Amino acid sequence: MSGENGNGNPGKEAILGAIRRGLRRGPLPADQQALLAARIATHPRHLIPARSRLPRPAQVELFLDRVVAEFGTVARVADAAAVPQAVADYLAQANLPPSIAMAPHPLLAAMPWAERPMLAIRQGRAAPADQAGLTAAFAAIAETGTLMLPSGAERPTTLNIMPETGIVVVQASRIVGAYEEAWDLLRREAREDGAPGTLGPRFMPRNVMLITGPSRTADIEQTIELGAHGPRRLHVVLIDDDPAAR
Amino acid sequence: MLPTSPHFKENAARALADGGLQKALGRSRGAFQQKRADAAARLPEFERLREIGRDIKNHTLANLDFYLEHYARNVEAAGGRVHWCATAEDARATILAICREAGARTVTKGKSMIGEEIAINAYLERHGIEPVETDLGEYIIQLRQEPPSHIIAPAFHLNKEDWIEAFKAKHTELPPDRPMTERKALVDEARTVLRGRFLAADVGITGANLLIAETGSSVIVTNEGNGDLTQTLPRVHIAIASIEKVVPTLEDACAILRLLARSATGQEFSTYTTFSTGPRRAADPDGPAQYHVILLDNGRSAMVGTEFQDMLRCIRCAACMNHCPVYGVVGGHAYGWVYPGPMGAVLTPSLLGVEQAGHLPNASTFCGRCEEVCPMKIPLPRMMRHWREREFERHLVPRGTRYGLGLWAFLARRPALYRLAMRAAAWTLGLLGRRRGRFATLPFAGGWTAGRDMPAPEGETFQARYARLRRAGAGDPARQTRR
Repeated sequence: MSGENGNGNPGKEAILGAIRRGLRRGPLPADQQALLAARIATHPRHLIPARSRLPRPAQVELFLDRVVAEFGTVARVADAAAVPQAVADYLAQANLPPSIAMAPHPLLAAMPWAERPMLAIRQGRAAPADQAGLTAAFAAIAETGTLMLPSGAERPTTLNIMPETGIVVVQASRIVGAYEEAWDLLRREAREDGAPGTLGPRFMPRNVMLITGPSRTADIEQTIELGAHGPRRLHVVLIDDDPAAR
Repeated sequence: MLPTSPHFKENAARALADGGLQKALGRSRGAFQQKRADAAARLPEFERLREIGRDIKNHTLANLDFYLEHYARNVEAAGGRVHWCATAEDARATILAICREAGARTVTKGKSMIGEEIAINAYLERHGIEPVETDLGEYIIQLRQEPPSHIIAPAFHLNKEDWIEAFKAKHTELPPDRPMTERKALVDEARTVLRGRFLAADVGITGANLLIAETGSSVIVTNEGNGDLTQTLPRVHIAIASIEKVVPTLEDACAILRLLARSATGQEFSTYTTFSTGPRRAADPDGPAQYHVILLDNGRSAMVGTEFQDMLRCIRCAACMNHCPVYGVVGGHAYGWVYPGPMGAVLTPSLLGVEQAGHLPNASTFCGRCEEVCPMKIPLPRMMRHWREREFERHLVPRGTRYGLGLWAFLARRPALYRLAMRAAAWTLGLLGRRRGRFATLPFAGGWTAGRDMPAPEGETFQARYARLRRAGAGDPARQTRR
């Protein structure tokens, strides 16, 4: 293949060489490289808009308001045990078949689905025929009503994008104000090698989707239509598991 | 795609006479501007974020070699591959080789301006691989076999009638009498047709709005979800990105993402902002088995350290063209290549050469709106002026203009002669035009008078008037007229 391999990597050397010629210097000296590496390691935050700097209950309200403003819908339930009922009710109200493809997530798996015998459930990644998908958000961001859905065994990416209806369970305790706070949660919790504190890229799952409302397009005459390629409907089921947020 | 930028004037004249295009432009021009203004007003920190965005990009560009190497190392640590491609030809050959190794017959594509820049679709087709555009706007222009006219709304130039006509002509497997008058019906039809293509594709190609050195991630920002289906369902994902897309950390990305959607569509945040890092992991139930990044230079490294370096801050939001009075009446195709509007007027000469694209930096009223709305605070008018200077230095300006400028410079350096010449001209024109008060045509100014009349001078020259008012003790007339 061109642009790589060989003795070193001619494409890489050509590009880096041209950049350095433009900057009128050679490779950065070690001390300057160390400074830049430290900037990455400490990943300082920039300005965070005041909008999401709120007491917990107001932060949860902001999240729910933003979801609705982005054409999503919301149901708020007291605990995880109430989710199956909420899902069944939503499907019935939306005139959708009582059938879901469910992410193999421990939070979802522990819910009392047996109490809803009419609801057909299949666990796993999405299949082309699935009409509704159910996932659990890793975190949610109040600032813009955004869901954070990192990929992994418990959260197939296909469930986020293939079904016409997306249902996402969000725990109030996992709602944060700004994107930066959600990334910090991921940095703390999602390390694959279980070695917190060491720096590197490996906390990053293969895929992290930040989802704000259902799929849409404005490509025809700059007018919004919902349901372009991803879900037409996005329904959030909020579990009120955070006493401080009520 | 063969640039038609050298024929900008002819392209623009054709665009002005195109009723369908004028209808489409007229409909959307104000809407984009209003949506951006509303979004900026809803976020009190917007102006400060612009300064932060500019500073992040400047810091990154000053250390671009370091961040690119750091980024590439992290892609590889996550099991992905980075292909450093100095030219468009390198990028095309590399993409083809990956597709062939994967035994690909069809390739789905998310929207990518780099894909347009390297003309990857035509190349893959020539080599027996079918590319399928999946962004709705890109899909219709692929059906119509034309280039995009806008960097975030590829079908900006089309009206609903054009969509109906194209879908009727190309979706022949569907009943010809199906109802198609609603936009929703068209969106549903594309969704159904393209879902089959997503599931059958062997390779998915997307662009990248950002690359993150900290994590080795590529980021795509879409509203439709087509980019996610493109990069998730096939066995191989290829992300094509130019070198200036890299930023150091996720926090840097957050700051820029707060600006991007608001500047582009006026949304608070785009529907799908997706970070991809390497291929499918052992425990993952889905995702591509291979992840490749095409890291394209194609002339950008030559902009580093020049008066055009600031252009590399561009995040492709299209605010500049959405606010440009020239783009607003001629549309994107007149610019003759991939990047239209003010950002195209600066970038196209950098990438194609000023010989090819010299008209573009001249197609500006210098009203300055583009710089005012640019989320990265890129001094677009100043860089257009730099291109005009280079064009003049290299004798690419037409002879008549050059002689005219030479004559003006000769006079401007000789104030007494200048005043005399201006007085003579004002007197002569005033005399000739005293009957009608204006001129419909003037020698050597046919281009100017083709679109408007020239008012006849009414007496003294500006300089004479200025001097007279000063003598009359009115203080500084310049200050007086301003207040």
